[in-house]
Amino acid sequence: MSENRIDRAFARLKAQGRKGLIPFLAAGDPSLEVTEALVHEFEARGADVVEIGVPFSDPLADGVVNQRAYQRALAAGASLGRILGLVASIRKHSEIPLVLMSYVNPIHRFGLERFPAAAREAGVDGLILSDCPPEEIDGFLDVLGSAGVHPVLLVAPTSPARRITLISARSRGYIYYVSLRGVTGPRDQLPPDLTDGIRRIRALTERPLAVGFGISTPTQAAAVAELADAVVVGSAIVARVEASLGRPDLVTQAGDFVADLRTAVG
Amino acid sequence: MTALEALDQAYEAVRQDPAFQEEVTYTLRQYVGRPTPLYLARRLSERLRGPRIYLKREDLCHTGAHKINNTVGQILLARRMGKRRVIAETGAGQHGVATATVAALLGLTCEVYMGTEDMRRQALNVVRMRLLGAKVTGVDSGSRTLKDAINEAMRDWVTNVETTHYVLGSVLGAHPYPRMVRDFQAIIGQEARRQILEAEARLPECLIACVGGGSNAMGLFHAFLDDPGVRMIGVEAGGLGIASGQHAARFAERTVGILHGTRSYVLQDADGQIRITHSISAGLDYSGVGPEHSYYHDQGRIEYTSVTDAEALEGFRLLCETEGIIPALEAAHAAAYLAKVAPQLGRRECMILNLSGRGDKDVEVAARALRVPMGEEA
Repeated sequence: MSENRIDRAFARLKAQGRKGLIPFLAAGDPSLEVTEALVHEFEARGADVVEIGVPFSDPLADGVVNQRAYQRALAAGASLGRILGLVASIRKHSEIPLVLMSYVNPIHRFGLERFPAAAREAGVDGLILSDCPPEEIDGFLDVLGSAGVHPVLLVAPTSPARRITLISARSRGYIYYVSLRGVTGPRDQLPPDLTDGIRRIRALTERPLAVGFGISTPTQAAAVAELADAVVVGSAIVARVEASLGRPDLVTQAGDFVADLRTAVG
Repeated sequence: MTALEALDQAYEAVRQDPAFQEEVTYTLRQYVGRPTPLYLARRLSERLRGPRIYLKREDLCHTGAHKINNTVGQILLARRMGKRRVIAETGAGQHGVATATVAALLGLTCEVYMGTEDMRRQALNVVRMRLLGAKVTGVDSGSRTLKDAINEAMRDWVTNVETTHYVLGSVLGAHPYPRMVRDFQAIIGQEARRQILEAEARLPECLIACVGGGSNAMGLFHAFLDDPGVRMIGVEAGGLGIASGQHAARFAERTVGILHGTRSYVLQDADGQIRITHSISAGLDYSGVGPEHSYYHDQGRIEYTSVTDAEALEGFRLLCETEGIIPALEAAHAAAYLAKVAPQLGRRECMILNLSGRGDKDVEVAARALRVPMGEEA
């Protein structure tokens, strides 16, 4: 059994016949202290893995909700170095799997050589790169994997079979299926071809499959949980945080929503 | 990624297709007005007491800038690929106008993303795009300039990828864009090389062009890369001066980054956040630069320098007064550096300035900066 916390979480879910819930939040929105409190809250309310977004000035795979959160976080001084410090701080009290979701430039600037060991040291379990295909960054992904940090790769509805196979071979922990053509952000309805899309991926890989982008209500999360191993909810949570900014109950407000999602996912 | 692979394959196919190349050539000749003249600027040459200065008159292209060379090629390709809709980003508005123009010519739907700051300072081009039937969508995030418009165009493209072609306007972005845009712009240098050989029976000592993303410069330079005697200079926007930090001179800082799908020199902070740039010229106001420019910089083949907003305005005035040509503020940067370098060359030598666009769009900005009375104020 691998010692990576993501693998342990998915093995446990499988053994219990349950589906995973993966909430996402933007690190440093509105402050790193609040992010730390939110991660602990999400764990207490039933999250299996937490994805932590690394703020970027030009988040071109994100919709306006996450863009605004990243702008707030950058204005408040968030940086990759400080986010690794945040992870180390969370690790003093928690073993919840933590996956960083980042654009490639902050990591490139931090140092592709330096990042894997630093991430491992802090207690990061996985990394998603929003804007860099695996074939462009092969060597880095190898080093990352060897350091014990899983590269979690993205598959799109438009990905052809040979690309799905390639991504399955390079990905560790889980595969992230982007449910729709477009950027992150809440949507009223799930995409009509979601079932077919997930079935297509399933036929080509044995890896756990998490589905995200646009999933914004407990009802939608429940529907996706029927098809996938885990459900990622991002912008809808970030929007709850945004709506509660400046309020003393921000953390419980967001936590209540995660608890509703937990109930729906099962 | 899948869309980029499909585009790469489609582009490779048309590169070797004589019927497609004929279609491009015909459109450039009959519709755009190519070849553009290589014009000997006698009064400018005398004023600078330097070599014989030639202007490559891309400002005489239909729509007023070199941008249309690329949009003709890409939109003919988009039609071949069965796309019914094209989108584009634009900074100064020239690429947006060129995209809207060719979309109208071929009957495709067109949407152009433009930073709201650029919409304000290039209002004339916003009206032109709308008259041509394009939808202009303002982008209010970040610096509200070119890089933010590219972000928004890319978001649109990933959402509508099956019906839409993204007409990227410079030698930027992920493969195959930098090469494809360079190939479509390379006609500038191919013509200029032939024209200078006809006029002077030899190659020029020096080429000068402004560099935002870098498409007009790469378009001029490419045909001369294998001519070791030809010096090439790319001029970036120095804004309020390099020391002020308010500029778009990527080669002044030389920090490698990854932006918009390409690895190149990028203006950024210590945490890898992309910096907001400043230039009086919207077309040069971008944090990254085409990767081929970074490559030739590192090879030592192309030199890069910058001039400030104030110097660019002097270049603007110089072309107005000596040649009766109102240049785009982008090209005025190249003219400003030309004024510095020309006096160092001998009278029998010659050089080419890429006059990448005309300055109608900049009249308001220039009038304010140069304190030219507007209307009845005189």
